[in-house]
Amino acid sequence: MIDFIPPALILLAGALLIGLTRGWVRTAVVLLTPLLTLAAVWQVPDGVVLTLDFLQYPIEPIEGSPLRRLFATIFALMAFAGGLFAYRQARWYELAAAYAYAAGAVGVSFSGDLISLFLFWELMALFSTVVVWCGGTPGARAAGIRYAIMHLLGGVILKVGIEGVMIHTGSIDVRPMLADNFDHWMILIGILINAAAPPLSAWLSDAYPESSPTGSVFLSAFTTKTAVLALILLFPGEPLLIGIGLFMVMYGIIYALLENNIRRILAFSIVNQVGFMVCAIGIGTQMAINGAAAHAFAHIIYKALLFMSAGVVVYRTGRSKCSEVGGLFRTMPLTAVCGIIGALAISGFPLTSGFTTKTMISQAAADESLVWVYFLLAAASAGVFLHAGIKFPWFVFFQRDSGLRPKDAPWNMGAAMVFFAVLCILFGVAPQLLYDYLPYPVEYEAYTASKVVFYLQLLLFSGLAFFLMLPLMRRTETISLDTDWLWRVGLARLADASLALMTRLGGGLTAGATWLGGKLGAHGRRLFGSRTLDGRRVHGVFARAWPIGTTALWIAVLLTTYVFFYYIA
Amino acid sequence: MSSANDRNDRIEPREDDAWLARPSTIRLLWRVFAVVLAVSVAAQLLFKVKGYFTADGWLGFGAVFGFLSCVAMVLFAKVMGWVLKREEKYYAEPEDD
Repeated sequence: MIDFIPPALILLAGALLIGLTRGWVRTAVVLLTPLLTLAAVWQVPDGVVLTLDFLQYPIEPIEGSPLRRLFATIFALMAFAGGLFAYRQARWYELAAAYAYAAGAVGVSFSGDLISLFLFWELMALFSTVVVWCGGTPGARAAGIRYAIMHLLGGVILKVGIEGVMIHTGSIDVRPMLADNFDHWMILIGILINAAAPPLSAWLSDAYPESSPTGSVFLSAFTTKTAVLALILLFPGEPLLIGIGLFMVMYGIIYALLENNIRRILAFSIVNQVGFMVCAIGIGTQMAINGAAAHAFAHIIYKALLFMSAGVVVYRTGRSKCSEVGGLFRTMPLTAVCGIIGALAISGFPLTSGFTTKTMISQAAADESLVWVYFLLAAASAGVFLHAGIKFPWFVFFQRDSGLRPKDAPWNMGAAMVFFAVLCILFGVAPQLLYDYLPYPVEYEAYTASKVVFYLQLLLFSGLAFFLMLPLMRRTETISLDTDWLWRVGLARLADASLALMTRLGGGLTAGATWLGGKLGAHGRRLFGSRTLDGRRVHGVFARAWPIGTTALWIAVLLTTYVFFYYIA
Repeated sequence: MSSANDRNDRIEPREDDAWLARPSTIRLLWRVFAVVLAVSVAAQLLFKVKGYFTADGWLGFGAVFGFLSCVAMVLFAKVMGWVLKREEKYYAEPEDD
């Protein structure tokens, strides 16, 4: 038996206790459970720790490895910073749901078999939907339903794949595979839906900006990054992922450039950043997997920091669009500085965590002589600076003076931002702190003069391009259509059209039937008679009294015809 | 959240008091930025950029590549915008209005 408490269970217990406690006890629960989880994460040794039997299948809910511990560590850290950021502002049920959601992410990290992985996967889907709903607006409710449908669909597809693997191989181990048969394809598609890969990525930019200012911080961290971990565990080196990743990278940039909603810009940049990781997993070398894992770790921190900064702006101003804010640096210096640090980190500026992790992915592409991948990733790095690195701080904190003079962040929100801003810089200046815990030994030097000069040129001239083309990027009060148009509008229109067609068909049939019925009725009444409204009987043709002469005439005609035919025959 | 709006003391934008927003500061920042840009390219003369695929080792390649990539992406986004952009109420249900 094991001599420690499963980390996911601690967070889950924390989620339950948040609902049961009040006041300072609840605060203690919120702040301490993630730290206890973190301690438990580091107690998990390598290999399978716990095996249970479930319907003749060996369930391995806890399997340790450096990669798994790395992801569980960042999930626990994220829960702590998110809890600190949110505990004075968020409602208790949002915090409880967020902690259960984080527990799902930690659970997935240590799942040694596909059944446990699926269970924790669904736990995340369930409670992340609650977090979206905690936005509290009609928009959040509707987006939450669309979010839930998409994730339940993804879950079903994943389950189909898992069932297939169980039946065809008899093993439920989490082990590397390639998309080479139906079962594996289903698993891959199920995971890619959570990674916000095309064509089903719209759920992310749809739901995250609708959540509360605190909820979006939690949402930004767990779902897509557990998908990244699942891809590393199950599909390392699947070449298809390179193309998918590159598409995600470009998709995120283009949509973020078109977007006006502050948090939706950041949501699109999640897709963009996860694209880098998915691409790296597709490359599949040790350098690439290290890069994907390190980048996921760094990304959770700076993306949460960006969402915190945006969350404070939304919380303090009640406004969520670039066109409604601007000039906020005057009264929100801390939020602005933390937002800028997050923006520099996501852009991969030297001395930030983005630089020390993202360049590993480019290095992996260069090592494998993937020319196109290398140059597209370089272009995308420039694009990240454009769409998130400058666009976000510029439109929110600078551009024109909106006249808004909101207060800076409440102290707990500020403390959470400072904590993550420090980590962004810490892993930028001392990357070895992170490299030591990557899945494979790291022989990578981020700070060579060559790399620093190249990336500085790339990023600084992207900045120049941004300011020169500002007139082309004027904010418009618009949204951009995505593939979800197909089911939000296309399907609805199809349903309306088929309903109209059915109604017309039905109308036609009714009219036809009425006409036919009328004709038959009239004919019947003529032949068989009827009864008038006052009860008088009207005899039909068959019931009429015929004069005897007419009968005789008809008999004569009949007999003549008979005789005629008799002679002819 | 409901009280968040109350906390904004909206003032009329007048002559800007913030140092960062003054035209003189912005002119200064542009000059500094120009110098930084020039230095970033000139630095390549001192520190050779090791190109993986020949071209990326050329003088100023990162600068030109970064700049042109961004121009291309902004223009492409502009074109996509004509196709994809809709008014904000596009998806709103009639009863939401």
